[in-house]
Amino acid sequence: MAGQRLKQGGRIDRRKTLNVRFDGRKLQAHPGDTLASALIASGEMIVARGFKYHRARGVYAAGSEDPNALVHLRTGARHEPNARATTTQVFDGLESFAQNSWPDVRFDASAGIGLLSPFLSAGFYYKTFIGPFKGTRYWMFCESFIRKAAGMGRAVKINDPDNYDKLNAFCDLLVVGGGASGLSAALTAGRAGADVILVDQDFEPGGSLLSQPVGEASDDWLEDVLLELKSLTNVRILTRTTAFGAYDEDVYGLIENVSDHLLAPENDQPRQRYWLVRSKQAVLATGAIERPLVFANNDLPGVMLAGAVQTYVNRFGVLPGQRIVLSSNNNSAAQVALHLARAGADVTLCDARPTLPAELSDPLLAAGVTLLTGKLVIKAIGRRKVNAALIVPVDAAGRATGAAQKVTCDVIGLSGGWSPVVHLWSQRFKKPVFDDNSGSFIPAELGRETVKCAGRMVAAQTLADRIASGVTAAQAALADLSLDAVDTSVPAAPALPFDTGWADDILPVWSVTDAKGKTLGKAFVDIQHDVKLTDIDQAHREGYVSVEHLKRYTTSGMATDQGKTSNIIALARMAELSGKTIPQTGTTTFRPPYTPVAIGALVGHEHGLHFTATRYSPIHDWHLAQGAKMTEAGAWMRPWYYPDGSETLSEAYRREAAHVRQHVGIVDVSTLGKIAVQGPDAAEFLNRVYINGWKSLKSGRLRYGVMLREDGYVMDDGATACLGENDYFMSTTTANAARVLAFAEHLLQTAWKDMKVHVTTVTDQWAAFAVAGPKARDLLQSVVSGADLSREAMPNNHFVNAVINGIPVRIHRMSYSGELAYEVYVASGYAQQVWNALHAAGTPFNLKPYGTEAMGALRIEKGHVAGPEIEGRTTLNDLGLNGFASSKKPFVGSVLRGREVLTEASRPTLVGLELGSAQGAKSGSLIYAKGVAAKGHGEGWVSSTTWSPALGKYIALALVQSGKSRTGEEVQVVNHLENQTLSAKIVSSHFYDPAGERQNA
Amino acid sequence: MLRINCPVCGTRDETEFTYGGDATVVRPAMDETRAQLWLDYVFNRDNPRGPHTEYWHHVQGCRQWLVMERNTLTHEVGECHLAKEAC
Repeated sequence: MAGQRLKQGGRIDRRKTLNVRFDGRKLQAHPGDTLASALIASGEMIVARGFKYHRARGVYAAGSEDPNALVHLRTGARHEPNARATTTQVFDGLESFAQNSWPDVRFDASAGIGLLSPFLSAGFYYKTFIGPFKGTRYWMFCESFIRKAAGMGRAVKINDPDNYDKLNAFCDLLVVGGGASGLSAALTAGRAGADVILVDQDFEPGGSLLSQPVGEASDDWLEDVLLELKSLTNVRILTRTTAFGAYDEDVYGLIENVSDHLLAPENDQPRQRYWLVRSKQAVLATGAIERPLVFANNDLPGVMLAGAVQTYVNRFGVLPGQRIVLSSNNNSAAQVALHLARAGADVTLCDARPTLPAELSDPLLAAGVTLLTGKLVIKAIGRRKVNAALIVPVDAAGRATGAAQKVTCDVIGLSGGWSPVVHLWSQRFKKPVFDDNSGSFIPAELGRETVKCAGRMVAAQTLADRIASGVTAAQAALADLSLDAVDTSVPAAPALPFDTGWADDILPVWSVTDAKGKTLGKAFVDIQHDVKLTDIDQAHREGYVSVEHLKRYTTSGMATDQGKTSNIIALARMAELSGKTIPQTGTTTFRPPYTPVAIGALVGHEHGLHFTATRYSPIHDWHLAQGAKMTEAGAWMRPWYYPDGSETLSEAYRREAAHVRQHVGIVDVSTLGKIAVQGPDAAEFLNRVYINGWKSLKSGRLRYGVMLREDGYVMDDGATACLGENDYFMSTTTANAARVLAFAEHLLQTAWKDMKVHVTTVTDQWAAFAVAGPKARDLLQSVVSGADLSREAMPNNHFVNAVINGIPVRIHRMSYSGELAYEVYVASGYAQQVWNALHAAGTPFNLKPYGTEAMGALRIEKGHVAGPEIEGRTTLNDLGLNGFASSKKPFVGSVLRGREVLTEASRPTLVGLELGSAQGAKSGSLIYAKGVAAKGHGEGWVSSTTWSPALGKYIALALVQSGKSRTGEEVQVVNHLENQTLSAKIVSSHFYDPAGERQNA
Repeated sequence: MLRINCPVCGTRDETEFTYGGDATVVRPAMDETRAQLWLDYVFNRDNPRGPHTEYWHHVQGCRQWLVMERNTLTHEVGECHLAKEAC
């Protein structure tokens, strides 16, 4: 007999029926149902297949701890794998599907794999696929098949059509858990005026109170408290919201399932919202999860947690079976038995304890419950679902002491005590401590903390105790917030029958075995990962002692449920086998997230263009309008090349570079880092951070400078202009701008506090264009007023203030391309006008824009170093920059650059390569001497490479061991990634115009 | 996530800052030529379990370098002041 819907009762709306399907079959579902309750109500016993053995699995729990009922939800782009049916609120049009089964979850073709189970025990994969063969190739081969057979849901590769939101929030008090204790805490703090956020993962607040029968006294209590809470404007109540992580400084991560209970998000709402809450205080009232007992076939559909059976009856009006056997070691199952009997089920309660007190047994017997004391279920009998329970008398260790009896049933409900949900507390602080009284791990007393715990989470037992502990926790939080608790008399706890909790008289039995301690068949500890009790035993035999190792070797507790129902059983078994106590054995570490979190929710809007900031030059739009192909340079977008018609990159940059050498070109260099260095000690500061001297630089001049890191390697280079006394304008490379500024700030604020210097970024305030080529001067002179750009008036390394079309500009004479060149600096807001003016004036001079690729070709022809050479591992000497270093003054890195490893003669140094081939060298190719085998790391590498229009051949910059002395040598240039070997000749890195006549023209 | 009490901007998320390492190291004087002192300044660090005095740069805020106490064991954050005002 399968589960069925009761005629009455439950917190569902029977007047409305929703269209909900599972594998295409229509379910009986009403508003208020979860997918799990709808599945049970519709008689769907088998909802999933096991991870390894493909055994049939049914709904096991009623909350996020369920290890079994993982399903696919929805179709198309909104398809979602590994969704928990027990927390999925049904909606009209919900389509769900079984996963990890074929052709059908009810008749899975792979179920025969269970016959192989002796070979699939703990460590099977390590031993079989990694041990016997060297390397991982064999494993990789087998893995593809294993992954198909084992595993869980299937993801889709279609883009998620929904939005996910991210929200930062602040509050005085975060209350996690909307059960009796959490609600009491929120009400107490809310009345005192605290800014409270109350979160609950369920779609209805109430926690375990929702599992009481409709009309019970607790309903009135809940209604009163919720009514008052909702009237308090300083209390925010978030349902469908899981606090999944607790972090330092009282920061909490929440996921609000805004639209998961709808077919698709409505009114532009996000699918989910990620809250990052900074709370001054927190009350954790996260409740407890029921523990199962382990016995043979305990994974059979129909085996469930006792409290879950109670929830399905009372909250959803679904009776999971007609004949129900409960197997328990504590008082909490008594209430379950009573409610099930009242709902019309034939109930047998097995209790491990030899006797039950009369106040429990008398009402149960009166309600028609069959009591079997001193007995537990040792085996579930049935194929694909429970038909009967095998019940044996047991001793205090759960071992059989006598003959078994068979009781026909369709559901077996288990209660092995409860485990407080200590996850968030433990994430934040440390491992919980074992409480012998309740047989569970609870938070340790820490004393000073901003986190208070309440309710079942601290093993509070009766409803009155749970409510009181919520009030007490809130009062403590209010005291720490310096707020007075105005009225602490939350509505009095209602009286419930058998409001016993689990702790009193619990007999800590964890598993049920025969007299020798063996299970009568497969007995699962971690049902989601198919880890059996015998796997724990095997790990113990193989010498595993630490619970952390046990977990990883057996994979117990490593599935999507993170062992919420199983971890303590695994370590209790470990303790038993090693003759230790549970506290001696310890528990594994709890880490976020508490329940699985969609990556999309953590990403929020930060994807695509919003993944990171993108920086644009002030004339970005012009580049786009010209059809420029853009390239990323750090956060910047820069014009890469300007294709003429259908030109390729290769064709375009060759044309652009050649044009600069023949006529005149203009390139947008606004992305250069620019730092205003100002103050009486500015020159001294420059003198310290640059390797060359700056005291002699006069106003109106600029100078190329190189910086080292503290460890003596080259950090950056660029030109700095002296605008006036105490006022310098530093430029850095685009890539290192932020780093140089932070470094300068560090030095000035920590080591050189007495220096009177300010450094300020002005990168965004100034645009800059390099105008380069033989006609650069003629062009600029034709458009500039107020400045004489003649060779005599303005040699290299000079600048002049001038005006273009009424707009003030500063013109630096400095060449990167090797041609006669100027850099025009203009305030960003006027950049486009000046750029336009230059283009208008440039027509008679055949001015053309060029991109970064041509700029690179030109600088490689000149042997100028850039990012590929200043890459953090090169010294001044390596790059041929030693001549700039002053010997008269110390500078950053001046001592450590003299370290032995930095001065070895054999270090690779900068050279040029001329390739005789019709192909260029790939950057990163390795250099080998002619005739030697191309093995190992070689004698150097190619750093930058280009076609040289000026030389008519492929050239490259490279760093080669003892490079300078090898001029003329033929070497091999090997690209191991593409199996390409080229021949090249080592030459000077100054390929073109080594005397610099063109730039000094 | 750490929350850092910047003396200029108030309490802000750790994500606005970059870490700057041990704040107790003292940069040698510019004219110091002994390599060992520079090596100690640049490379050699203790790895204490417990209280640690360290630099944080409010790089997404006021751009001040801060000196902050942090317990490496508990992640507890203590006093925080401007580096340039440290004694």
